[in-house]
Amino acid sequence: MTGVDVRPAGTVVVSGVSSDAHTWNLVYLQLLIEELGFEVVNLGPCVPDELLVDTCARVRPVMVVVSSVNGHGHVDGLRLIRALRTRVELDGVVAVIGGKLGIDDGDAEQNAAKLVAAGYDAVFADGAGVGDFRALVRSLRPELRPELRPDLRRELRPDLRPELEESA
Amino acid sequence: MSSLDRRRVADFGAFVKAAGGLVVQPRMGFGSPERMRAGLAATKSADARTVGTITLDSYTRVGDHEAVVDALRQGVGLNGYPIVHYDRAVTERVLDGIGGPDFPVQVRHGSAQPRDIFAALVASGMSATEGGPVSYCLPYGRTRLADSVAEWAACVESFARLREVGVEPHLETFGGCMMGQLCPPSELVAISVLEALFFHAHGVRSVSVSYAQQTNHDQDVEAVLALRRLCAELLPHPDWHVVVYAYMGLYPVTPEGAYRLLGKAAELAVATGSERLIVKTVAESRRIPTVEENVSALEHAARVAERSRPLSGPADSATYQEARTLIEAVLNLHPDIGTALRTAFARGYLDVPYCLHPDNAGRTRGYIDDRGWLRWADTGRLPLGRAVSSPRTVTAGGLLADLSHVRRAYDAPHAQVEPVAGV
Ligand code: B12
Repeated sequence: MTGVDVRPAGTVVVSGVSSDAHTWNLVYLQLLIEELGFEVVNLGPCVPDELLVDTCARVRPVMVVVSSVNGHGHVDGLRLIRALRTRVELDGVVAVIGGKLGIDDGDAEQNAAKLVAAGYDAVFADGAGVGDFRALVRSLRPELRPELRPDLRRELRPDLRPELEESA
Repeated sequence: MSSLDRRRVADFGAFVKAAGGLVVQPRMGFGSPERMRAGLAATKSADARTVGTITLDSYTRVGDHEAVVDALRQGVGLNGYPIVHYDRAVTERVLDGIGGPDFPVQVRHGSAQPRDIFAALVASGMSATEGGPVSYCLPYGRTRLADSVAEWAACVESFARLREVGVEPHLETFGGCMMGQLCPPSELVAISVLEALFFHAHGVRSVSVSYAQQTNHDQDVEAVLALRRLCAELLPHPDWHVVVYAYMGLYPVTPEGAYRLLGKAAELAVATGSERLIVKTVAESRRIPTVEENVSALEHAARVAERSRPLSGPADSATYQEARTLIEAVLNLHPDIGTALRTAFARGYLDVPYCLHPDNAGRTRGYIDDRGWLRWADTGRLPLGRAVSSPRTVTAGGLLADLSHVRRAYDAPHAQVEPVAGV
């Protein structure tokens, strides 16, 4: 850490889904996001939908990162994003999901499409590494914005881009 | 069939001890009764000494039965068998002609509030399950430890009453695994023994104590021998055995690596005189394994076990001393073991590294040393005379490197069977 700028760039909420007990994924993501200069609220495992939505309404995060590896993530994550996207005060918050989202790795693409259609800005497939994710998180920091990869931005919901612009 | 007909209900503990060699068991669970039945049948007919498993799905574990109904209606695949949802007759049909005294079936569930699960498994004629008030609470969600202790106490007591109808109920501790990774073995051994004592205190006398393979074979041998000695010294009844779990962390991604690691777990089990082994498959790093992948894992483990030999290692060791110190410190907190366990966590006498649960103090850290042994980086408030507190900062990259240590070592082409230091 240099002493240049130690103010966190904003808060990111990291969360598991209602049925998922795994936490190593959450601990890892928390560290990674903190290292990119954000404050993290880690809600832990088995998070009821209302707890996540209410926490977001309270802390007004710049981003919500949902992680699930137990194979039910494509179901729990879908219900969760629908609940989150109904809250007007959270309009425009960046929300992503990743991990092992189904019990059969063959269904990954189909699941991802459904999740994006329901309101996630990006879905990070298991095994793809965290490079793209890191770039997206960095992009939420004004001084690091150019690093957002153009191909990744195209995956973002179109109506979200101006919001990202604004936070710059 | 009458579920309490004792001629048809297995004595899990006695079966394993009389098996005459290492018993191997899958972690297997499917949402569909047909597939579950096929999986049990395939386990039974595998070329190995086996017992069966019904692993429950995550919705049933957290008590969200509505989600089970929705998933089944929409044809969404569950990550286990929803035993509470299905009518007892459905589960009886799954077991019919397969489960019984010659092939005991155990239910594995991961629930801190297992009342309905216990009721369902007993109702369908089973008498063996797994868990514990600590190990099925801290790694498995948000239920407060006090609530888990209370519900587990009640469940174990009513489970113990199966003896009144001539059935010997069996419970296995999950304490030897906890989060699966980065917890030094002495604490795993201590929690495993404490949970076995909890089962005894509430009336169940046929128990098994678990230990999950960690990062170094020699250290694991030391740990299992410590576990055996502590059980011999502290458990009030001789009906106990040891169950080894094949590695419970980031698993190798190559089939060769996965089999090598499983083989090493089988060696560990035989070396330490352990009676049972729970296997992992080539699919572990990616998805729920198929029936066939499970059978291959069972048979591989059985072949390795046949050519492995028991060791006569020293039963006294640093791991033994540390585990014994932890157990005594906890037992001295209160005569009621449930209260003692709760107080221990509140004071940080037990504290599981990297566990986010609100009742875990979270002051301890483990790391992998340059020989591949799991060590304390920080002992927090563990009552271990010898406190350790090193200023290592944990980074995302550093954590992932430690979590991937075993995967990396076993996936390496021409890997030495012993993982070498590489962090
Ligand atoms: C440790 C472990 C456990 C521990 C967890 C302890 C804890 N509280 O965390 C215990 C033993 C308790 C456990 C329990 C269960 N587990 Co488990 N577990 C594992 C295991 C062995 C390692 C997980 C791990 O440590 N990961 C470390 C982290 C850092 O890595 P990761 O989780 O893979 O996450 C990486 C990526 O996925 C990615 N990522 C994850 N999320 C996100 C999100 C975003 C936005 C991004 C960008 C990236 C990202 O980043 C991470 C770093 O690369 C895996 C198998 C494996 N991977 O080898 C199974 C596994 C995840 N478990 C599994 C299951 C099913 C369960 C159970 C339901 C039991 C069961 N039926 O078998 C229960 C869970 C109960 C519940 N209510 O959910 C399955 C999931 C299957 C599937 N998806 O198809 C796995 C894959 C094993 C298997 N093959 O069957 N488990």
